[in-house]
Amino acid sequence: MPLPNASPPWKQNAAGAETRTAAWLTLWRSRDLITFFALRDLRVRYKQAALGVVWVLLQPIASVVIFTLVFGRLAKISSQGIPYPLFALLGMVVWTYFSTATVRGSEVLVNNSQLVTKVSFPRIAAPAAAMLPPLVDLVVSMVLVALLMVFYQVSPTWRLLATPLWIVVLVLAAFGMALWLSALNVRYRDVQHAVGPMMQIWLFASPVAYPSSLLSGWHEWLYALNPMTGVIELARWSVLNTPWPGWPLAVSLGTVAALLTGGLAYFRRAERSFADVI
Amino acid sequence: MDVVQFDRVSKRYVLGQRLNAREALTAAAAAVFRPRRELGRELWSLRDVGFSVAEGEALGIVGRNGAGKSTILKILAGITAPTTGVSRTRGRVAALLEVGTGFHPELSGRENVYLNGAILGMSRRDITSRFDEIVDFSGVERFLDTPVKRYSSGMYLRLAFAVAAHLEPDVLVVDEILAVGDAEFQRKCIGRMQEAEQEGRTLVFVSHDLETLTKICPRSLWLEAGEIREAGATATIVRDYVVSGLLPTADGTAPLQSERVTVHAMRVVPEIEQASDALLRGDRLRIEVDFEVTEETPGLDLALVLTTAAGVRVFDELLSDTTLMRLPVGNYRAKLVVPPLLNVGDYTAGIWFGTQYEDFIDQPVVASFTVQGSVSYRSERLLVLSLPLVVQPLDAAS
Repeated sequence: MPLPNASPPWKQNAAGAETRTAAWLTLWRSRDLITFFALRDLRVRYKQAALGVVWVLLQPIASVVIFTLVFGRLAKISSQGIPYPLFALLGMVVWTYFSTATVRGSEVLVNNSQLVTKVSFPRIAAPAAAMLPPLVDLVVSMVLVALLMVFYQVSPTWRLLATPLWIVVLVLAAFGMALWLSALNVRYRDVQHAVGPMMQIWLFASPVAYPSSLLSGWHEWLYALNPMTGVIELARWSVLNTPWPGWPLAVSLGTVAALLTGGLAYFRRAERSFADVI
Repeated sequence: MDVVQFDRVSKRYVLGQRLNAREALTAAAAAVFRPRRELGRELWSLRDVGFSVAEGEALGIVGRNGAGKSTILKILAGITAPTTGVSRTRGRVAALLEVGTGFHPELSGRENVYLNGAILGMSRRDITSRFDEIVDFSGVERFLDTPVKRYSSGMYLRLAFAVAAHLEPDVLVVDEILAVGDAEFQRKCIGRMQEAEQEGRTLVFVSHDLETLTKICPRSLWLEAGEIREAGATATIVRDYVVSGLLPTADGTAPLQSERVTVHAMRVVPEIEQASDALLRGDRLRIEVDFEVTEETPGLDLALVLTTAAGVRVFDELLSDTTLMRLPVGNYRAKLVVPPLLNVGDYTAGIWFGTQYEDFIDQPVVASFTVQGSVSYRSERLLVLSLPLVVQPLDAAS
């Protein structure tokens, strides 16, 4: 096959030279790679697990059973007029996506260190791809939410149309975390040990098992800084018709934006030396 | 027109700097009080290396292990950044530093072709349009839907190379990949690289296989300790490189070392001790290697390699070809007596240590020597076998 005649421009590799291409453009151009990375993870995960999808549901179900007993029955926490199991399940499903995607994303570069040192693929594709397989789990879990809604006769309204919106915010929040943690993990393996406990504490600092309306005053402010506050409240508003989250949502969205821009900037700066330090 | 320019590139690695967060904090705190304290030992993998490659040219790179060859390739490919200096490339660069990186054992051959193609920078459409070619080249069409973990290592390598071979880049960068795989695989690889060259692609090729290098690349660099020692026509470079292999490691030069084996010395001497150490045509030679096994290694094997100054391998003799011998931890001397076969000329002896699965030391150029003798010997032949040539008259009458 003959080569094209027009001479392409020089591509430079020098110390301190950062990638100039905008992140979204890099992501768009590596969409095929992202898809294949995600497909690889999905196939490998389900290839030899006979019960497959069942495992995806087991985790949120177990947590919801515990929450129902502890928070719903014993502590009798308000669930904004929604049957407690349904209230907690939706929170847990949203949380499980965030937690799984963040943990997977934080490990993705280190787990592919062979690739990082031998191939020059767009590094950002790796954490981006890690966001996709847990989406499949999310969709499967939403079926469970729907079943429970039928059982408790909670009917959705037009607000259900906002579902793609909160899913996008959810994915962006997890992606922001994954950018930070995956790049930090390349340099400090401590990250991978810290992520587990961090997510456990974070779970209880988010309105999964209780509504954020329990907090007031400056607590509420602080609480709204948690990006998951806004996302979970928005999801409940959209699916279960709970009250509109109000200004805390704006604060949460601001945190997501900060997490994402900061994460992108840090990742961009750190990726130049991934192959040397990994 | 140049498509690759390396402009005074240096690359520094800091050794032993595997910090965890606590050490990093301590170091940062210490730096406040004692600024500019070095954290680890530095290693300059490249120092002020400059060269350029014109469009359609094939450049070879030779050098001993650790000379910085792979670092050049990694910088060219954009995997790592130089510490100072600039590397410029024009067009799409495809680097093949290792065969099969990114293959997943659980996925089928077909799935791996797509995954690997995408990792190497092909779009789904590119891969689909070249899929048949790739499968054809690899010769594994019957097993396309089998997970690659069930492949033989030969099939695995062929499929992996096939994907990389169909990238159709402007600049193809290839590291020592021919060290793996059987003769047929190597022939295919070399053939494919020659094809790429004929198609006008630019090629940068690192190899210990000097014969192949000479075949593919008209021009070469010789890299030593991170610097260019010589650049020019490959035939000249290879010759100088091989002759420089005069490294009597007993003379205080760093020993060849791996985690499991250390080579202390290598000598080539006349088999019968003489007043002078000159090696004469017609004498038997003895190649001796003193080595130490420092870690118990099942299946440890060694080979002595003899190469001409032009890079043609004369023979390699593997221990396990003739005997079964375990090599527990300890010191050894290996001896190989070579019958008087070699013609007058320059040669090098080298050594390989490894197991069936892994190379520990692979240094075809350790000690070089000259076989001396009467100039009346016809120099164009490599071996003087003195085989009896039988001539019989063919009597038309009988």
